[in-house]
Amino acid sequence: MEKRVTFKGWILPLCLIAPQVLVSAIFFFYPAGQAIWQSLFIPDPFGLSMQYVGTGNFEYLLSDPYYRTSFLTTAIFSTLVTLCSMIPALFLAVVADRLIKGAGVYRTMLIWPYAVAPAIAGVLWLFMFNTRVGVVSWYLGQLGYDWNHVLNGGEAMGLVVVASAWGRISYNFLFFFAALQAIPQSVIEAAAIDGARFWKRFWTIVLPLLSPTTFFLLVVNIVYAFFETFGVIHTITSGGPQQSTTILVYKVFSDGFVGQDLGSSAAQSVILLVVVGALTIFQFKFIERRVHY
Amino acid sequence: MKNLTTGALIAGSTMLSPFAAYAETEVHFWHAFTGRLGELVAAQVEDFNASQDEYTVIASHKGNYSETLNAGIAAFRAGEQPQILMVFEVGTATMMSAEGAVRSVTEVMQESGAEFDPDAYIGAVNGYYTTTEGEMLSLPFNASTPVLWVNRDAFEAAGVDPDTDLSTWQNVGEVLTALQDGGSTCPLTTAWQSWIHLENFSAYHDVPFATQENGFAGTDTELAFNSAAQVAHISAMGEWAADNKFIYLGRRNEGGANFRSGECALFTESSAGYAGISSEAEFAFDVRPLPYWEGVGNAPQNTIIGGASLWVMEGHEDAEYEGAAQFLAYLSSTDVQAQWHQDTGYLPITNAASDATRAAGFYDENPGTDVSVIQMTANDPTANSKGLRLGSFDQIRAIIDEELEAVWAGDKDAQTALDSAVMRGNALLRRFEAAN
Repeated sequence: MEKRVTFKGWILPLCLIAPQVLVSAIFFFYPAGQAIWQSLFIPDPFGLSMQYVGTGNFEYLLSDPYYRTSFLTTAIFSTLVTLCSMIPALFLAVVADRLIKGAGVYRTMLIWPYAVAPAIAGVLWLFMFNTRVGVVSWYLGQLGYDWNHVLNGGEAMGLVVVASAWGRISYNFLFFFAALQAIPQSVIEAAAIDGARFWKRFWTIVLPLLSPTTFFLLVVNIVYAFFETFGVIHTITSGGPQQSTTILVYKVFSDGFVGQDLGSSAAQSVILLVVVGALTIFQFKFIERRVHY
Repeated sequence: MKNLTTGALIAGSTMLSPFAAYAETEVHFWHAFTGRLGELVAAQVEDFNASQDEYTVIASHKGNYSETLNAGIAAFRAGEQPQILMVFEVGTATMMSAEGAVRSVTEVMQESGAEFDPDAYIGAVNGYYTTTEGEMLSLPFNASTPVLWVNRDAFEAAGVDPDTDLSTWQNVGEVLTALQDGGSTCPLTTAWQSWIHLENFSAYHDVPFATQENGFAGTDTELAFNSAAQVAHISAMGEWAADNKFIYLGRRNEGGANFRSGECALFTESSAGYAGISSEAEFAFDVRPLPYWEGVGNAPQNTIIGGASLWVMEGHEDAEYEGAAQFLAYLSSTDVQAQWHQDTGYLPITNAASDATRAAGFYDENPGTDVSVIQMTANDPTANSKGLRLGSFDQIRAIIDEELEAVWAGDKDAQTALDSAVMRGNALLRRFEAAN
């Protein structure tokens, strides 16, 4: 049963939703509308002339094999970033939850990386994995592994995933940790008395009770992987080698702000809008059903 | 008495200054320089402002090259553009086709009556920014050209004579083998692979990089760097990469760190690398001309430039254009140019500045600093070696980078990679043509 609160008149509810509607209109609907409008043209960078091309920008993009590959790259990247940031975070939260002494220190240390800006995180990882002078790549070299993310697409992908997920682990940890603390001890104690071991309790009680948090983090992390990892990719690989780390958002930036091709960039934004919208609807329709509130 | 004079001067200047500030016309100058270069630009601006009282140039740093160009474009769309905007060489075609947004330097100089002699500029430098009709569109400001940097100590450590002739790639190829046999882990590395190994390579061998005189004659240009000469060079580089004789370290100048630390024996990099290398390198180094393939094209023709130029934007008052013209004339003046060239390693833009530097004995005291000037000016530029004027060129360079990386990684052969780069680049050129 859903709970419903009914207002008597129209004025109060309208006033209450007005700020949100206004903010959405100014910062979302207006720019999104402009992007859709711009995607129908090939403008020159200075805005001196515009040429109407209809769906030409979309046809150009979708006929480009590199653009189509970029969807796959984005899917792989987002999945990996989401998994690599959520699983370790959950593990750390579960471990921290069981700590009795020093939990505060441990927690603070784990939250720290979140304070590092993505671009700076990118530079830090780049230094560690620099193919010639990086500390990690040097040790890998000692072990006989020749690390070269400058030419090896798989290694480049691995590096940007780790650099993007690293700071995010803290954020996820925070939410998982809070959610774990909110699980009533009585439920777990009851299970323990019934003879359920730690892992059994974790799978059958803790994880289902965490599902609202997990679902929230899943949505937020996918959006993060799509839109906010830009700084990391820009500093570490610039989308290379051979576009193996060019995700959709990075291509919007490089075509629009490096290449000054605003028509193509706008068309890509529109496509991205549709993709992320569809993804979010899918998540809420199909995954949320399995969430227990 | 002395105190009284000082007091009177201070009083006088405070009284005068509001009037002076009111009378002075402001000229905004947006640039992309930080660090040492930023300081040098600030000093030039300060010196210009002190030299006269009609105009005040206000210099602002707007980020890196791409960001500065974007800032200029965004400002133009908002009607807040500066009078003078620094644009890197790959943005030239974008600026040029923005008719109504930019005013040619020739026009600005002639209308303001500032001192201006188009023949005073070095053709190979200024040609990049001049139309086929001879109209100078923008003023070359910081121009450099690729050269070969040699770590003499690394040669000796590997038992190779550092004075070996390195003027041709044939010789360099043999030297790379000798260096590797002698224990060098990085015989050769490069910065800016597309700029040096395709763009300059084409000009140096007098083969076209693109049709329509590399885009100078029209926007209906098509890329042409997949011809035999370029394919042979990229093939050879690919083989060296496979044998670990050529070590690829990145798209920009990442390799510079490895050369300056002494690891790499040879380094193809801009002549403007001088400031960094001379201050950091703890080994004896040489500057040599960029190597060429003996018997290919008309090599050695001349190399082309990289760097940035200053564009004057439309939409300002006449007095502001006069101020801009005076500032550009100041930057082109012999003393200012000669000093800039000596401080930075950038090419002088006038013959007089080059002569003044030579006369001052700078080249004798700093051997190798004139290699770039000689290499640029040895021959009159041809249609293939005047420069490049291609739309969306920043993106085309990124495509070239990707395809070259495929060659260095051994994923593609040179012909396939360059064919693919040409095909993908042409698609961008067609879009640029449609937009302008």
